[in-house]
Amino acid sequence: MNRIAFAAVLLASAAPLAAETHTIAPGEGAQERLQEALILAAPGDEIVLEAGRFVLTDGLSLDVDGVTLRGQSADTTILDFTSQQGAGEGLLVTSDNVTLRDFRMENPKGDGIKSKGADNIVYTRLIVTWTNGPDPSNGAYAIYPVESTGVLVDGVIVSGASDAGIYVGQSSRITVRNSIAKENVAGIEIENSRDALVENNIATKNTGGILVFDLPGLPVIGGGNVIVRNNIASDNNTPNFAPPGNIVAGVPSGTGIMVMANENVLIEDNIVSDNATAPFMIIAYTQTFDDARYNPFPRNVVIGRNIAEGGGKAPDLPGGEQLAAALGGAIPPVLWDGLSDPETAPLFVTGEFAGVSLNLKAQGQGMSDAQPSVLSAPADAPAWDMSAVGAPAELAARLK
Amino acid sequence: MRRGAGLLALACVTFGAALGHATGVDVPPVNGAAVQDAAFARNLSDYRFFTDGARQMPNSTVTPYALNTPLWSDGAEKLRFIYLPPGTQLVADGEGLLQFPVGAAIIKTFAFGEGGARRLIETRVLLHRADGWVALPYRWNADQTDATLALAGGRLDLVTPAGAAISYAIPNKNQCKTCHSKDGQVIPIGPKARNLSAAWLGQMVKVGALDRVPVGADSLPDWSAHATGPAAPLARAYLDVNCAHCHQPGGGASNSGLDLRWEQDDTHAIGVFKRPVAAGRGAGGHEFSIKPGAPDASILLYRMDSAEPGIAMPELGKASVDEDGVAVVRRWIAEMKH
Repeated sequence: MNRIAFAAVLLASAAPLAAETHTIAPGEGAQERLQEALILAAPGDEIVLEAGRFVLTDGLSLDVDGVTLRGQSADTTILDFTSQQGAGEGLLVTSDNVTLRDFRMENPKGDGIKSKGADNIVYTRLIVTWTNGPDPSNGAYAIYPVESTGVLVDGVIVSGASDAGIYVGQSSRITVRNSIAKENVAGIEIENSRDALVENNIATKNTGGILVFDLPGLPVIGGGNVIVRNNIASDNNTPNFAPPGNIVAGVPSGTGIMVMANENVLIEDNIVSDNATAPFMIIAYTQTFDDARYNPFPRNVVIGRNIAEGGGKAPDLPGGEQLAAALGGAIPPVLWDGLSDPETAPLFVTGEFAGVSLNLKAQGQGMSDAQPSVLSAPADAPAWDMSAVGAPAELAARLK
Repeated sequence: MRRGAGLLALACVTFGAALGHATGVDVPPVNGAAVQDAAFARNLSDYRFFTDGARQMPNSTVTPYALNTPLWSDGAEKLRFIYLPPGTQLVADGEGLLQFPVGAAIIKTFAFGEGGARRLIETRVLLHRADGWVALPYRWNADQTDATLALAGGRLDLVTPAGAAISYAIPNKNQCKTCHSKDGQVIPIGPKARNLSAAWLGQMVKVGALDRVPVGADSLPDWSAHATGPAAPLARAYLDVNCAHCHQPGGGASNSGLDLRWEQDDTHAIGVFKRPVAAGRGAGGHEFSIKPGAPDASILLYRMDSAEPGIAMPELGKASVDEDGVAVVRRWIAEMKH
């Protein structure tokens, strides 16, 4: 306790201090020792977790700017929340300029790592996993930055999330790259966010690989300016195990890359293979809504050069089997619901892809109203300013 | 119990100062420096908020208060106090939070057990310093002689008044802020004029500790009427007090879009036909936060009625279900037109 009092006095003094390193070992009292270190850290400090299994009963939280929390590696430093008794996530970050790296989190009761209002955060070389595989009783999101400006997720592995493995919501200036999302409902989801870059990831064995959504009724709406490129989205055919009621519970199994609502989304240079419903699904928001700010339609979604193969053979849609049979055994790579904003074109296909339109007539209609026909989307995609897409460049300096 | 506590609080405002002097005991005043200085006092007794901590006897400038509708915390008995530095007063700000001078403190002790079996578990303090509020938890020792700073929180096993055996969680310093936060700054939650009795406020004005009784004061219902009173105001008061510190713009759960404040009159923001966003399995298979007429199909009630981490709401400060709160909210949703 003396150390606490001493540290508290130091923390409270206004004089600038040299950054310190606080090393925490697993074992008896790890919950209190680690949480205390997170509370008493000064801006710039590093909290270093030794190798081993930290058995934790309560969610951790960090509210100090500029702190790095790091383990030895994602294989050797394990935060084990299997016996968690409280809090909505394993780790909650509410401060800016935080770096999280080189540890693994297992079986948090709610979400894995949530950062809220935490600008310029870096997540790197982390694993967040539910060890029992796909299960509706797993937490919703593994990596969950929300309401933040400046998000860099690089080199993480997420699995088992009952909503999205990597979920970025109501944020801007986002990069998600070099990561693996497997056996989640949604592998990677960018929701109600702008200026996001999703590249060099593998999304496999999820229900849906990569989703770009915009939903009504939230404090931040109007998602767009998103680039999805150089990813592999393969074999995302896991039956949807999301708890009913959640928006991703409506994502058909077998979805490769999906855009719902949003404006200015560029999808190019991806390999999208063996997704049984559709490699590319572009749709309007499916539910009724009451939000005058909200545009439910996709606008300027561009599907450029991609490799799409082996998809559309068993669409997880009402009447999907007949549709595939009618189209020669598989529906073509681009599936559009047929809905669009009267002012702005929904979709451009500049790659050499065939597609199908369901020709829905009104937002909110379902497959029973579909009158499928061959899609003829224009190829003269507009250009827009992409200079702000992605996390601020300086965040990469923390990937060491 | 609650009405009794309220009356006691009123009596203390009236007579507390007089009592201190009348007994002639030379009691050192509250340690204002400990409230304002940058460090964190190690022991609760360092502040001298109490002349007798174990019996929760307040010092001369420390005033008890009670809330019309209180925050529920596993049925804990709560003893609430306000400390005002000599020569200062509270300033009313409409029906909302009373404005506290720098140097003031709010003290809340959590206890379980009746009469002689009562055990003080923890005391949470909110200190109003020049650079803002600081929230700190103190854990009572086994001898009940003092409470010690518990920055990292802690757990202990106890049985609630309802008979549930729980692992009670003392929040850590960050978790204090999780609830006591708006736009990233620590703020008080409880002492809003609308949730304080007109009698208590009037007495505070009379002794010079408050500038005036504002319009809108004492407008939240008295929770002691929860079993029979009109459901709508009771439910809205309950949600305001128990949920809205996170579920409001700028609060910890702002991203959900659910706004449960008393003054919110947009039914969708309150949850009516509002779809879940990040609820995960907390949605319980239901489509809407509130489905009018259908409490058992409403996510809000499903989460209130759970004690399971990952489903239960609130996420902090409860390990069992508040059956009274659930009953009122159930009644309210059932009565809604649909």
